Amino acid sequence: MRKPGSPGAVLAILMLTASVGWSQQADTAAAPDTAVAREEDGRYFNAEDIPTFHIAEDGTVDWRTYSGYRRYHSECHVCHGPDGEGSSYAPALKNSVMRLDYYDFVGIVAGGRQNVGGGHENVMPAFGDNANVMCYLDDIYVYLRARGTDAIPRGRPAKHDDKTDVIREDENACMGT
Amino acid sequence: MRRSLMMSAAVLAVGAAQAFAQEAQTDQTDQAATTDQTAPADQTAQTEPATGTDEATQTADAGQAGQSDLQTMMGDPKQWVLQAGDYANTRYSELEEINKDNVGDLQVAWTFSTGVLRGHEGGPLVIGDMMYLTTPFPNTVYALDLNNDGRIVWRYDPQQDPNVIAVMCCDTVNRGVAYDNNTIFLHQADTTLVALDAMTGEVKWSVKTGDPSKGETNTATVLPVKDMVLVGVSGGEYGVRGRLSAYDQATGELRWLAYSTGPDEDMLVDPQNTTVLGKPIGENSSIDSWEGDQWQIGGGTTWGWYSYDPELDLIYYGTGNPGTWNPSQRPGDNKWSMTIMARDPDDGMARWFYQKTPHDEWDYDGVNENILVDQEIDGQMRHLLVNFDRNGFAYTLDRETGELLVAKKYDPAVNWATEVVMDPNSDQFGRPQVVADYSTAQGGEDTNVTQICPAALGSKDQQPAAFSPETGLFYVPTNHVCMDYEPFRVSYTAGQPFVGATLSMYPAPNSHGGMGNFIAWDATTGEIKWSLPEQFSVWSGALATAGDIVFYGTLEGYLKAVDATTGEELYRFKTPSGIIGNINTYEHDGKQYVAVLSGIGGWAGIGLAAGLTNPTEGLGAVGGYAGLRDFTALGGQLTVFALPD
Repeated sequence: MRKPGSPGAVLAILMLTASVGWSQQADTAAAPDTAVAREEDGRYFNAEDIPTFHIAEDGTVDWRTYSGYRRYHSECHVCHGPDGEGSSYAPALKNSVMRLDYYDFVGIVAGGRQNVGGGHENVMPAFGDNANVMCYLDDIYVYLRARGTDAIPRGRPAKHDDKTDVIREDENACMGT
Repeated sequence: MRRSLMMSAAVLAVGAAQAFAQEAQTDQTDQAATTDQTAPADQTAQTEPATGTDEATQTADAGQAGQSDLQTMMGDPKQWVLQAGDYANTRYSELEEINKDNVGDLQVAWTFSTGVLRGHEGGPLVIGDMMYLTTPFPNTVYALDLNNDGRIVWRYDPQQDPNVIAVMCCDTVNRGVAYDNNTIFLHQADTTLVALDAMTGEVKWSVKTGDPSKGETNTATVLPVKDMVLVGVSGGEYGVRGRLSAYDQATGELRWLAYSTGPDEDMLVDPQNTTVLGKPIGENSSIDSWEGDQWQIGGGTTWGWYSYDPELDLIYYGTGNPGTWNPSQRPGDNKWSMTIMARDPDDGMARWFYQKTPHDEWDYDGVNENILVDQEIDGQMRHLLVNFDRNGFAYTLDRETGELLVAKKYDPAVNWATEVVMDPNSDQFGRPQVVADYSTAQGGEDTNVTQICPAALGSKDQQPAAFSPETGLFYVPTNHVCMDYEPFRVSYTAGQPFVGATLSMYPAPNSHGGMGNFIAWDATTGEIKWSLPEQFSVWSGALATAGDIVFYGTLEGYLKAVDATTGEELYRFKTPSGIIGNINTYEHDGKQYVAVLSGIGGWAGIGLAAGLTNPTEGLGAVGGYAGLRDFTALGGQLTVFALPD
């Protein structure tokens, strides 16, 4: 069987929050910076060059946020529930992404993680070799951060930017299509 | 019939009293006898089963080595010997001490914590004086002594690699153990099939039926038939190739395996003698209905329930969704996903198939239970098979021939198809007439198709219905949920999810606002007799009894009893966690008990925890629907009810 890789530092942080199966608890950590510092080919980044979302005054979301909504509700929601809200089975990711460093988030999705025992088993699969997830990881991340800061409501974003040519080319290269 | 039942019960009572002893004599007898059997793999050498009465067949069976005592025990209402209650999957009990006049006085008699906090599907078996329980992963099995306040006689703790959890879509549920020949059969999450001595819990044998590294897992119970045990596979969201297999009860040896897709010989299909709607199935029926070799990752998994008709000597089950949820990526009818299959249990050969949803576009897995009843249609007594499919149609077929008799919607919200064509002369015979507005294939990739009813979880999922021969009605736990569905292109990686659609779900619009109904259904006419609105999907298996009552559980955790004729609620009690288990009943020491597992989870716990939103009703409605987590929390408990002394 596949063995999930487990970056030790990440795991230590996660242990504190892992057993929240029916998760909806509010986050108490300081809100990470989601403000847009720059835009490039339809993608948005904060001052630390971490991907972030962009919501226009009329509610139009950037392409990656919209794409993240779609990918989340294909790959993630069967465990983590609709709209990043959490479920009886897995934690609310809209909260997790506000707690976790971007690189830790990427590490967990790629490598998976486990918290087993006490009658309450949490096992996150490793998606590192799953193109349907990894090619859209930044999209899922910015979507969840938009949810975690309540920048967008639950449900499908009503309006979104078009996919730029650069995003399309990068997507095709990643998916091998 | 009755005579042998009582003998069987007496033998069991003795067996149970010896629970602490290490007796193994009967086992040795069984095993010695079984080795006498000739090799069963040679299917052509099989002779026709003896014709004659039911009794005669049974006698013949009993004369064979290691034969099942299960069939006779099933007729004893004091025991609950199979998850579905009986081979016909009726979930009906003849017990009537608890009835519509006194059920209002029901009380909790005793409780038991399973020690696991996950979705608890299935339910307890009662064999003689012992009760057997299974938990979700890690699939602990408990044997409880009913003569001793449920003291734990033995427990079995499987050692499973927790990585299997990561490839279980939608919670680590297990729909319970099965019993036959003093053996408890457990099919674990990691597809290990274990035979345990029913008295001691000792492992008799263990065999692996699948490969979790390819996404093959198990959530279903198994069905003991003759001297075999029938086993399915889960993993429809991982591109798993579905199949049903039969293992030898005594040795764990594989007797036959029938794939849901692929070449005829893999599916144990005879192009001439296997029929579809009365006609020969023909050659290459499956591989001609897929593009290229897509049938190899074609789904058609078998994680539902299995039925058996001893008189016709046929087994029945359904197959799940085909491959990815993106229909544009797999043109064709995708046979034989979404299909009711009838097979000969001796060699697995297919008698007839009926595909309910050709070329699925909505994830309407066809795995729900097939209930076998004999009822009159148009003045003629028929051997019927009744199936409440995820796609929202209830099908009544002749279970001997596979002839389609009735196909009607059992939730008026169902809109993806107008009807199923019943005219045998039409080229559309037996096919649902898909509405273009709700076709995710016609919408195409990257198009969000809205307001499709039912949602992917179906008008009903695996939660089994009940049938009462007294009222002639079926009692069906249903979902009343619709969805938006946007398919897109995905790539297949072994052991990784293979989904390819974005879904959002919400309560059926323009209805009562709730997400479920509990209905009474007449399968001879295809009509709803009454319908009880529920705030959440009804995700528990129903139980009908001779006391003119029907029991079901709710996701908030209520056990409810209603009048079988009118649907009037007669009793409710809130158990510690939401109910997705199936209600059972048994008699012990002259007293009737009703038992149910609580423990929210499964698809219901995932999809409904935070409440649903309805994007079509504008921003004001978002979050306006009740979230299940406001009503219940994780749990794992058995609650047993009885009347006051």
